[in-house]
Amino acid sequence: MAESLLPLALKDVSFVAGGRTILDRVALRLTRGTRTVVLGPNGAGKSVLLRVMHGLIAPTSGTVRWASDERPGAPRRQAMVFQRPVLFRRSALGNLRFALAVAGVPPAQREARAASALARVGLLSIARQPARVLSGGEQQRLALARAWMLEPEVLFLDEPTANLDPGATREIERVIQAIHDAGTKIVMVTHNLGQAQRLADEILFLHGGRLVERGDAAAFFRTPATAEAAAYLEGELPWRTTATA
Amino acid sequence: MNTLTQAGAEAFAMVARLDARLVEIIALSLGVSLSSVALSCAFALPLGAALAVATFRGRGALVTTLNALLGLPAVVVGLLVYLLLSRAGPLGALGLLFTPRAMVIAQAILVFPLLAALTRQVVADAWAETREQLVSLGAGTWTSAGALLVDLRFTLLTIVLAGFGRAISEVGAVMIVGGNIDGVTRVMTTAIALETSKGDLPLALGLGVVLLALVLALNIGASSIKDAAQRRHG
Repeated sequence: MAESLLPLALKDVSFVAGGRTILDRVALRLTRGTRTVVLGPNGAGKSVLLRVMHGLIAPTSGTVRWASDERPGAPRRQAMVFQRPVLFRRSALGNLRFALAVAGVPPAQREARAASALARVGLLSIARQPARVLSGGEQQRLALARAWMLEPEVLFLDEPTANLDPGATREIERVIQAIHDAGTKIVMVTHNLGQAQRLADEILFLHGGRLVERGDAAAFFRTPATAEAAAYLEGELPWRTTATA
Repeated sequence: MNTLTQAGAEAFAMVARLDARLVEIIALSLGVSLSSVALSCAFALPLGAALAVATFRGRGALVTTLNALLGLPAVVVGLLVYLLLSRAGPLGALGLLFTPRAMVIAQAILVFPLLAALTRQVVADAWAETREQLVSLGAGTWTSAGALLVDLRFTLLTIVLAGFGRAISEVGAVMIVGGNIDGVTRVMTTAIALETSKGDLPLALGLGVVLLALVLALNIGASSIKDAAQRRHG
């Protein structure tokens, strides 16, 4: 096993697109073990932050530094699941086999690893079905299986349940919990505060591209430290004013 | 009108009894055009996909050139290949001029811009949707290009078919480099041109009908394969 990727350190990371500042001097450190949930209103820069950390977007300024470098061409040690799962016109199993091939897994091992990944998310029965005609929940579970199968050290999730019904959402949360239990660092963006409360150990709260608050999840929901976070929670959970959450 | 009906009746009779001359010409047409499209695909599809996925200096200029070449006249391609393959030309020693191979080369060049440009377009659209996922998985440029070609296989079928349609229906290139030699390099389009000028309208019309029927059948076949695959794969 190579040296750990974590902790991840962001130093004064800014991202400007079309004259608009999407991320504004974000500095943070992510460590092993905790489930980190990124919250914030629309346009706060949450998705862009995830993409910058995952290396899909280069920051305009500032640095993103992992504890050890990923060698170019070597299998990736971090993975990402997107809001809309990107699946190819192959069977569910075929999608996983492709990802294993990209990761350099020898052909003889692919079938077994893909099948066990499907089993872990409860999709073994639809292994041979074309991936793109599965239900939204099944597609997202398949995307999670694909990410998990590669045993990443860090898994980024960008609103993985945004388009799903409550039942499918529960299933996804169960899988995310299992991935966490298996030792993968979870970094997730969500708009679902119930989900954030169920899954988060710590909260990163973004507002207008700035990281305005960061801390223990329970404390954040009980007594947000900043006016922005308080207003956000107020807006998202209007009943909170009368409840003693 | 009388000529047309008479010629039409004779044409159908020729098709119905599988006239030997007719069959020979059709077989050569199919052989040449299928080979040329296969040959062209081997280069045009990877190039189109690479142009969609890779970023390098001069890509924009290359794409513009490729798109401009869509309007390449068949006779010009014929002329260029003729100059290359003629005795005095750089490839004259190969002795390919006025052979079916020369026709394959000419048609392959003719359909190359069409195949590459259309492939680039559909792969570029798919790349916009899948880039982040492929990069996230660690796929490099060539892996991504290959994966998208596989993913778009049913769409590419339509593109390949368009290339075949262009190849089998062109007359200028094969006329120049093939020479329309009876029994050797005579294909449907060159035969139609010749028989019409000779006044043998039944054979010309028969070939025309077969040409149309072939192109139509291929299109129906390809689009039903594509529809079935799309229903299955989404």
